[in-house]
Amino acid sequence: MKPELKQYADKLNKKLLDQLEEVPSSKLSKVAKTIVEEFESAQVDAGEAVGLICAESIGEQGTQMTLDTFHFAGVAEMNVTMGLPRLIEILDGRKLIKTPMMEIFLKSPYNKGKDVRDLARKLKATKVGDLVKEYSMNIAELKLQLTMDEEKMKIWGVTPAGLSKAISKGVKAKVKMEGNVVDVKLKDDSDLSALYSLRGTINELQAAGIKGISQVLTVERGEEFIIITSGTNLKKVLELDFVDGERTTTNDLYEIAKVLGIEAARQAIINEVDRVIDAQGLSIDTRHVLLVADTMTVSGSIKGITRYGVVSEKSSVLARASFETPIKHLINATLAGERDPLNSVVENVMLNQLIPVGTGLPKLNMEKK
Amino acid sequence: MAEEKPEEAPESETAPEATEAAPESGAAPEATEGEPTLGEVVEPRVPLTPEEERALREKFEASTRYVNKKVGSIFFGLLGPKMIKKMARSKIVTPELYDKEGYPVDGGLMDVRLGVIDPGLRCKTCGSKLKECIGHFGYIEIARPVIHINFVKIIHTMLQCSCKECGRVLIEDQNIQKTREQLEQIETDEGVEARRDAVKNFVSSTKKMNKCPHCNAKQEKITLEKPTTFMADAERRITPIEIRSRLEKIPDDDCWVFGVNPESARPEWMVLTVLAIPPVTVRPSITLESGERSEDDLTHKLGDIVRINQRLFENINAGAPEIIVEDLWDLLQYHVTTFFDNEVAQLPPARHRSGQPLKTISERIKSKEGRIRHNLAGKRTNFCARTVISPDTMLAINEVGVPNSVAMKLSVPEIINEWNREYLKKFVENGPTKYPGANYLVRPDGKKKKITEETKEAILEELQPGYVVERHLIDGDISVFNRQPSLHRMSMMCHRVRVLPGRTLRLNPAVCAPYNADFDGDEMNLHIPQTEESRAEAEILLDVQTQLISPGYGGSAIGCIHDGISGNFVLTKFLELERQPAIDLLCAVGIFDVSKLPNKKLITGKEIFSTLLPDDFTFHGKSKNGEEVVVEKGQLIKGVIDQKTVGGEGAGEMIRALQKDYGSQQTIDIIHSIFKLGIEVLLYTGISAPVSDIDLPRAANKKIQELLVQAEEEVAQIIQDFDAGQLEAHPGRTVKETVELRILEILNKARNSCGDTIRDHFTEGLNSTSIISSGARGNILNIVQMAACVGQQALRGKRIDKGYKGRTLSCFKHGDLKPEARGFVRNSFRKGLNPKEFFFHAITGRDSLMDTALRTPKSGYLYRRLANAMQDLKVEHDKTVRDANGRIIQFIYGEDGIDVSRSEKGVINVDRITRQA
Repeated sequence: MKPELKQYADKLNKKLLDQLEEVPSSKLSKVAKTIVEEFESAQVDAGEAVGLICAESIGEQGTQMTLDTFHFAGVAEMNVTMGLPRLIEILDGRKLIKTPMMEIFLKSPYNKGKDVRDLARKLKATKVGDLVKEYSMNIAELKLQLTMDEEKMKIWGVTPAGLSKAISKGVKAKVKMEGNVVDVKLKDDSDLSALYSLRGTINELQAAGIKGISQVLTVERGEEFIIITSGTNLKKVLELDFVDGERTTTNDLYEIAKVLGIEAARQAIINEVDRVIDAQGLSIDTRHVLLVADTMTVSGSIKGITRYGVVSEKSSVLARASFETPIKHLINATLAGERDPLNSVVENVMLNQLIPVGTGLPKLNMEKK
Repeated sequence: MAEEKPEEAPESETAPEATEAAPESGAAPEATEGEPTLGEVVEPRVPLTPEEERALREKFEASTRYVNKKVGSIFFGLLGPKMIKKMARSKIVTPELYDKEGYPVDGGLMDVRLGVIDPGLRCKTCGSKLKECIGHFGYIEIARPVIHINFVKIIHTMLQCSCKECGRVLIEDQNIQKTREQLEQIETDEGVEARRDAVKNFVSSTKKMNKCPHCNAKQEKITLEKPTTFMADAERRITPIEIRSRLEKIPDDDCWVFGVNPESARPEWMVLTVLAIPPVTVRPSITLESGERSEDDLTHKLGDIVRINQRLFENINAGAPEIIVEDLWDLLQYHVTTFFDNEVAQLPPARHRSGQPLKTISERIKSKEGRIRHNLAGKRTNFCARTVISPDTMLAINEVGVPNSVAMKLSVPEIINEWNREYLKKFVENGPTKYPGANYLVRPDGKKKKITEETKEAILEELQPGYVVERHLIDGDISVFNRQPSLHRMSMMCHRVRVLPGRTLRLNPAVCAPYNADFDGDEMNLHIPQTEESRAEAEILLDVQTQLISPGYGGSAIGCIHDGISGNFVLTKFLELERQPAIDLLCAVGIFDVSKLPNKKLITGKEIFSTLLPDDFTFHGKSKNGEEVVVEKGQLIKGVIDQKTVGGEGAGEMIRALQKDYGSQQTIDIIHSIFKLGIEVLLYTGISAPVSDIDLPRAANKKIQELLVQAEEEVAQIIQDFDAGQLEAHPGRTVKETVELRILEILNKARNSCGDTIRDHFTEGLNSTSIISSGARGNILNIVQMAACVGQQALRGKRIDKGYKGRTLSCFKHGDLKPEARGFVRNSFRKGLNPKEFFFHAITGRDSLMDTALRTPKSGYLYRRLANAMQDLKVEHDKTVRDANGRIIQFIYGEDGIDVSRSEKGVINVDRITRQA
């Protein structure tokens, strides 16, 4: 740090100090002084209802978003939920999202294109059914014979040993592998319908890859290659040695919270909201996004902006009742003998009293003589 | 003594224990009794004579009306039978409402002891008149207990989990403490409902042999037959009497296990033996024109209850057979149930004779039109106006033009003192019909007197300090102006009143952007703050100039639009005027000091524009086409003025810089003069979007046709490849999708290159070119669609593929992928669309209408949820962001404590400061 800047170290934040480093020395002292002045005069006032401003900023921009579910950013990218539906999905804190997706960054040298396609194929959850060339059913012996497509097996990186292991794990039957032919024999006392349903079960078994990843795509982004998948499994993917764990992400917030913790989930909410906003060409200041993300995650787990999430945690009965399902909240309040402390906004509006934000905050104490 | 009755929480508000004085409201003097009263007089320092003191007191009381009570908290609880009887002023015994004379029957539902709803009558309980008496409760004794529908679920849980004989929870004593701790955890994590379910699970997992761990009594399996019947072991019906006696047995300590506070809600109170009758003021009857009375829905329902209750009493006393008694009992249960909630899933709703369902207690409270959201969280105001709006550029940006007729209806209260007495007298002299006059006089005791031609003289005599005159609006009064939907804080801003002839509210078009208003019939609302505090707040917090910078993104929300932009563009780009017309322009804008104009014969537009800027203003920015715009020492040296420098909605960079350097007041003055200058310039030069703008030269036309033909050939080639199976799929796509993508790409490219061709042939001047390139309105695509080719109609990001099986219209072959079969409009709007094209265009037109119609409620709901969840977050004095409970959400707002509306696009602009240093 430049010596002239030392005196400002505790007055400004790091970002501004970094920027100040770049300022030519001749101007530095003057610039730094102005910046401190502007920084201090730009601080928020105590009592500012920042939450409401945040809601307004996001809500107002929300009306301008399109309802388009999908977007085509270039030819090779995948369909992703975008726009208002995605924003709602994020802020709701939905457990099941419409289009789960991962962006997998690779370590060098793979990110320069080495074997990317093969690596990508390794990820995809390949089902046994995808590899079978021919079925034949032997009713007399209660046997199902699968002829595998060796070429496909090679492409998807499935070994015969792995395949027979996967099948024997998945069904209660004797599995025998010979060349590219798999024999699955049921117990002698099973009935015929079990044999018929066997085929369906086997088809759905996973032969290779990572569970949950249904589609893979290699994409050149900037100077490197990355793998985009539909379907996500962050934990398993991060375990792979060719994956750059620092940059690889998924758009499933709960998965991130589970694997990487709540702070990561908070950042993920911010990133995902920003992504939606950018794609729509709108501008919302980060501070608002930060505040929503913080509100959703303060409790230590992801809480959506719904009556089951953030709103249900309010201390005021009337505030909860004024949102949704008022009867339920009133009944529960009577049973628990709740006391509404009247310390937030709506309750005081209801009672025609000053609200404890903004200019309603300061109180005057009179000295009694 | 088997009587009780629980009540909905709202009623407990009226219960005596409901309100308490807030200890934290230290400033509030001790409340004088009863209703809001006049404030206490501050003890004067110098001793006064009694007369002086009285005069001062009167004066003071006239000017102040304090409410000395503050509700500190609200306690919710069930009303027990004893409490209900204590509260009640009348026992209701007869279903009759009025006697032959039309006077309320004693002991009837409209008993005068329950409050007054007729003018002239006095309440028998409190002696006050209509509107003063808030009403009083009554009660009825119910012959046989009935279950309160809203508590069925918890009753069920309690029956399942408590012993039949001893009433204890079916958990061993040694485990109870541990279980309770676990349950508390579940409650904090998932809420009360999850807790109650969890009790059931705990009990069923620890229950041994269906025996009570405390008294070894054998337990039955309790099932609920909805809505209100309980069965034991699926064969024996448990009567409410039995339920009540079982609930009575549950000890207080065990109630806590269920998350029920026995002090506020004893379990047996959930089975009613006494029913509280809400005051008549809650259910007023209306007198129809014919003189007939029409009773409220609640009164109807209560009438049913009282009638059946009476019959049940009679039958029991007469020793009627059990079957008859039980039938009547069930009927009573039905009526009481529908009294609380008329939308119970398994019950037919109680109806009027006309067949329309009754609106009973639950329906009154819930939903958007219910008490809470409609009357409590949202309120109506007086002193407001609403009409159509129209533009007026001559009004200052923070003014609003108010029609004369409105100005004479709305009023501002002014307190008479010695110094303004003569001034206010003039208003009274004018009376209500002559502007500027006054409508009412308010005496110090709060009595309001209407000023009319007849009363005028008397009132003039009466006027003295301490009286309040409600005078008409005059220029400069403070008002709050609003347009729905009020999505952000700039939707309500403070404007100064300007009383004008005409019948519309008028505003400067520069503030259209924050209100999102246009003049195609939009209406807006005007509010006149009535107290000094509210006026001060409006002025300091809501004034238009304080809202210049949007808190959403930190850019200017207010700026020039339309002609204000294109006019300045034309001025700074093309114009060079002689001295006289230049001075004319400036005078028209309202600038009479022309010393800033250079002393030469021909004056450039840039120099004219510069006269509006402050002398020491410096600005570096970019114009819309990326060229530099430089202002040094108040002179526009380089670049043109366009939407990016002076526009609104986040664009106007120069406006942002002006605000930073010169403050808000000066900035809106400058915006106003820039706007006016733009319009005056266009009045001087004229501007138009002529049809000739879409007349293309032959060469251009030819080029465009070639482009389109070429694109079609390319598409044909792709289709051919596809048909031949030679097309290679994009990774991760099917071949079919690939074809679509490729075709879409080619067609869009074709239209874009049409745009380029047109751009090349544009003549710069006072036409669409200036309008488009200044950013005032429209874009090149609009011209392309009019002049060259409308282009591909896209439906949900794809070409149109809906309609018939395999084809869009019956005039195409199955599976036809040609552009014109999939919604490509080759013609221009000018040339006209053929029927097929027209139809495709209509499809996408309808789709975009639907999109808007579906989007609005969705985003509205998102907004409501966000606002509800976050409305109590505020910045504390220690800069942390906390919620109502004091829980810290952020340690410092936005990680740097910067208020977005005081920043430049969310940051402190180091580059700008460095440049200026």
